[in-house]
Amino acid sequence: MLNNYETAFILTPVLSDAQMKEAVEKFKGLLTSEGAEILNEECWGLKKLAYPIQNKSTGFYALLQFKGEPSLVEKLELQFRRDERIIRFLTFRLDKYAVEYAAKRVNKFKAEKEG
Amino acid sequence: MANNNQQDIRYLAPVAVDNKKKKYCRFKKSRIKYIDYKDPEFLKKFLNEQGKILPRRLTGTSLKYQRKVAQAVKRARHLALLPYVTDMMK
Repeated sequence: MLNNYETAFILTPVLSDAQMKEAVEKFKGLLTSEGAEILNEECWGLKKLAYPIQNKSTGFYALLQFKGEPSLVEKLELQFRRDERIIRFLTFRLDKYAVEYAAKRVNKFKAEKEG
Repeated sequence: MANNNQQDIRYLAPVAVDNKKKKYCRFKKSRIKYIDYKDPEFLKKFLNEQGKILPRRLTGTSLKYQRKVAQAVKRARHLALLPYVTDMMK
């Protein structure tokens, strides 16, 4: 049964821009290779953290919304734990209201891009 | 004799007039269904200065939405969008 998931993760600010893109691509590739369909992908860039994590005070935020098998989340989180560039990650299942909200958000971004 | 000590009684604090304004659940009224953990500005309305979640009796939200707010705040805290504890947040 395909569920909708949303995963947000924070990369260490030490990386160069190219490495950050590559890290995000790596996880996107992992998802698509597992047969998940990526609905939305956002990069908020460097943001100030509310409290220091691993004594760093800024982090590169990235967000991925995808639809996939429940078993896939286990693999994804395993990769998150192994990759030392990721300092924090959060994955959860979207319920029906959250899916609606996510869809609205995607259109809003598209409208902004075109507008 | 009795009435002058009557005047002596002066209330230190004004009598708390009960300004009972009907509390309503803002989510039910504006029909918000999903509380997004990604915008901390909105969540800050439900936190006090120390960053703690405000109780329902102050915000007036219904139980169903209070749980969603708590869930969103805890997720935002996990992702360092909101601090766990702070002194002067607002």
